[in-house]
This record gives sequence, C-alpha cells and structure tokens, in this order.
Amino acid sequence: MRRHLVLRVGGRASTRTLLRAFAVTAALAVLTVLAAVIALGLGEMRISAVDVVRALVSDAGTAIETVVVQWRLPRVLLGVVFGAALGLSGAVFQSLTRNPLGSPDVIGFDSGAYTGAVVSIIAVGSTALVIPSALAGGIATALAVYLLAYRRGVHGFRLIVVGIAVTALLGSVNTYLLLKARLWQAQMASVWGAGSLNGLDWSDARNGTLVVLALLVPLLWLGRRLRMLELGDDAAAAMGVAVEPVRLALVVVGVSLSAVVTALAGPIPFVALVAPQLARRITRAPGVQLVPAAVTGAFLLVTCDMVALNVPPQALPVGLMTIILGGAYLVWLLVAQSRKELR
Amino acid sequence: MTLEASKVTFGYRDRPVGTGLDLAIAPGSFTAIVGPNACGKSTLLRVLSRLLKPTEGAVLLDGKAIAHQPSKQVAKRLGLLPQSSIAPDGITASDLVARGRFPHQSALRQWSRADEAAVRDAMAATGTTDLADRLVDELSGGQRQRVWVAMVLAQQTELLLLDEPTTFLDIAHQIELLDIFAGLNDEGRTIVAVLHDLNQAARYASHIVAMRDGAVYAEGAPAEVITEATVEAVFDLPCKVVPDPVSGTPLVIPLGRAQRHR
Repeated sequence: MRRHLVLRVGGRASTRTLLRAFAVTAALAVLTVLAAVIALGLGEMRISAVDVVRALVSDAGTAIETVVVQWRLPRVLLGVVFGAALGLSGAVFQSLTRNPLGSPDVIGFDSGAYTGAVVSIIAVGSTALVIPSALAGGIATALAVYLLAYRRGVHGFRLIVVGIAVTALLGSVNTYLLLKARLWQAQMASVWGAGSLNGLDWSDARNGTLVVLALLVPLLWLGRRLRMLELGDDAAAAMGVAVEPVRLALVVVGVSLSAVVTALAGPIPFVALVAPQLARRITRAPGVQLVPAAVTGAFLLVTCDMVALNVPPQALPVGLMTIILGGAYLVWLLVAQSRKELR
Repeated sequence: MTLEASKVTFGYRDRPVGTGLDLAIAPGSFTAIVGPNACGKSTLLRVLSRLLKPTEGAVLLDGKAIAHQPSKQVAKRLGLLPQSSIAPDGITASDLVARGRFPHQSALRQWSRADEAAVRDAMAATGTTDLADRLVDELSGGQRQRVWVAMVLAQQTELLLLDEPTTFLDIAHQIELLDIFAGLNDEGRTIVAVLHDLNQAARYASHIVAMRDGAVYAEGAPAEVITEATVEAVFDLPCKVVPDPVSGTPLVIPLGRAQRHR
C-alpha cells in the first residue's frame, strides 16, 4: 500500500505527495546541505565543520570567514543552484520526450552553445563575448531542433532523433573550427568547453541564483500541466491543457535553466540526464518528479565538484567528473535494459 | 446541458473530412455514433470535444461557442475518453484516477476533500476500488480500461464522450463496460460513444447517429436507424435485421457471400 502525505490549510490550500518520495527527497536535501558544509571546509586551508557553520551564521570578520563566505561559498552555492537547475531541465525534457535519454544536451543545446563560444573566441580573440554567443548558439540550436521536429505538433521521439542529427552535425563543425583556429584559441575554447565552477564569485552567484529562481515561477505553473501531458496529448487537451503552447513554454524554460548554467560555468554534461532518473528510482514515484530531480541534481553537482576539486592531485573541472559519472550511468542503464529484454 | 455542432466543416490540413455537418446531442441521451472505418466518426468526436477546431461552423456547449470558453472550464462539464492514452511508468490505479481532478485543481488547491471523494466515487462506480494500489501496467486490458474510465469520471462532468471505449476488449469486458455506461446514463449523465458493434449500439443507445463519408447519413432511435436498407447503404453490407430475442432492439445479421447467393 502506497501511503500519501496530505496537507490541507482550511479549504483553500491543499497538497498531496507520496510519503516515500517526500521522505527520500527530504533526506537527500539534508545530505546536500551536509555535503555543502564539508565542501566549504575542504581546500588548501582545512576548516572543521563547526567552524564553517560558525563562519556562516556570524559575521566575526575572521580569516576563516573570508575563506568560507567570500571565497568558497559562491562556488558551493552555485553547485547547489546549478545542480538543481540541471536536474529540473532534465526532468522537463525526459517527460516531454517520454524517454530517459531526453535532456537539453540531447536536443543539441550544449553543442550549439559550444559552437557559439568557439566562434566568438576565434572572431574576437578573447573570452569577452563567450557568454552571449554561447547562449545565442545554444538557444538557436534548440529552437532549430524544435522547429525541424515540428509536424502537427512536436513528438518526443522525433525531437530526440532530430536532436541527435543536429548534435552530430555541430560536432563536426566544432572540430573543423578548432582545427582551423590558432593553438591558443583552441586551448581557450577547450578550457571553456570543460564546464567548471572555477573562479565564480559572488556576483556570478547572485545573478545565477536570481535567474534560476525567476525560472521556477513559470515552472510551478507548467509543472502540473507537464504531468497531464504524460497521459498523452488528447487526454491532456481534454482536461483543459493547451498542449502546444504549454509544450513550447516547457522547452523554453527547460533550455533556459540549462542556458544559465552553460553561460556561467560552461557545459556541465550528464547531470540533467542522470538526476531525474536517479530521483525516480529512489523515490519510486510515477512520472516526472520535479522537486526530487532538482534535489538530486544539487546533491550530484555539489558532490562531484567537491571530489573534482579535492581528490585528484590537481583540481579537475567538474565537467570531467560528471562525464565519468554519466558514462558509468549510461553503461548501467544499457546493461539493465538488456537484462530486462532478455528476461 | 446541450452539446451541438452547427454547420461544422472539419478535417486535417491535407485531408478534409466533413462539410457543413449539423448534430445536436440531447441532454440525458445515450448517443452512439456508428459507421464504417474512416467515415469521420472519431474525428467528429474530436471536434465535439474541442480537440480539433472546425475550419467553419462552431461547436456550442449550452448555446455558447466551445472554442471561446476557457478550456479548463469546459473540462469541468465535458469529459473525453480518448482512443489511446498513456499511463506514466510506475503509476498506480488510484494515482491515475486522481489525475482526472486536474480541471478542479489549482496551484494552491492540489488535493481537496472534494478531490478525494470524487476519486473514491469514480473508482466505486467502475468497480476499480480493489485495484487502487495496483500498477496500471500490470492490469488486464479490461481492468485498465475501467481505470481510464474512472479517471474521466473523476472529472465529474455531465457529458461523457467516449472514443471506441470497447475496442480491443473481449465480449465479456465489452458488456461489463457498456453496463457501466448505461448505469451512468441512468444517473443522468449524457453519453456520446463511438461504437463499432451495431447490435451493442442498438441495445444500449437511446439515439444512433450513422455516419458515412464525413456526413450524418441517418439518425434517430435504434429501431429507425438500424434497418436493412440503412445498414447496407452505410456499410455496403447486405444484412437481415431481426428483433433481438432478449431486448427487442434491432439485431443485425450480416450476409456473407455464401448467404447472399442462396
């Protein structure tokens, strides 16, 4: 018997969630906070968890506070916020495409953003215009894929197939550009291409967090409609969901969530792909689970960044860490899938 | 509550289906739409349920154009069981039925006492209460279809449009489902169903609409519509029509090649 948790405030407000999903998500949120506190204490200057918390709650103005709050907190905070954004973005795309491989990377966003970044680095000779051109490249690619897949409405599978084709095309364009570029330009592009939270400061943290929070507002409204779209277009439309406008809005919000991350940190692969699936498995709840996907994404990115920064002899970009994680996940997914088919 | 198609021309961009069609659904009726494959009966049901916009004419719900009313408000009065729906992975029967409450919910009110009662009543009416915690994927075809019907019932609409609700079910499950619809009709709900089996349509419906080539060929009480002449004209099928020995409604006995030349 699956038990639900029901919350009602008078006759006005009410909500319901599966008890297990709620408990698992809450536990994961606590783990994320713990991981963040540990991450704040790690580095060249090791700080105990107690001192980290003390530095966070008081403003003593000590050296410890400078290290924790000024230097490390923006990075860890962005790890949480960006992880959540990627998790949400992936959950939206996997629900829209009804496919565990659906994610903003799959419909070409990341490779489009990379093309934009490389073009601007080659044209301008510096990273000054990387953010706007990466965004333009990513969004243009996502829109192109959406339009190419449009035929009397957009269907998930077509979106993925067109996305894979466009990603492959852009991949060769990117390789060509890098081969034609000067060595230092290619190097600069490669550094950007390995997504990293390195060097992000408080102004990045403030901007990134505000944009993600702003995107949560439409998602709150769209989320319940996303659940209805899972039942099929006809059933959703019959219950009063404006199918095509809602789907376009979801693509825009999903791409935007991913775009903020790419703009500030470069492409961080696989979190959007893995987080929603992991969330589904541990909560055992049906369909898309936006909040669990967000919390899982936050936990994954904070943990990956902490490991990438502290475990190898030389700090690695978090993008490399998530690639390893994603690769392991894909192998596991394929093995699990083939076992299921053999049974 | 009345539902009416007024001079609707409808179809898809590359394939027009019907032109200037008029149809009025009487309140409290059980209307069956019958006709050969590709005659436009399912398309007409999509038009009636505002899923497909007519290129000309209008569908009127209580005299007002359905296209000009907020879709979520319409969903509180008119429910549709589509031909194919998708159950999300790992969803239980009661969670699926609960999704039928969407038109009654808002960002703040996501699970009121009324929602809970509607889901309970819908599952009781379809005999799915015992299936509440079962995964929809693991149900038999007949059980699954009853759960989908329960989801539409949870919407608590006076009007129910059903697109081929009995297709793919065995005869016992077809009758079980039709009995549920008859019960709902007795309680005062208006039902419009696209059906394939003429004898079932004749037995359960109070009004039959026979379509051919995107137009209404004949409509009326079963005894008026299900006649040898009409069935032959609509389906190109010679037949004999005799009184159903149980219900007295028309019973169609198709004539195959062997019987025709006897």
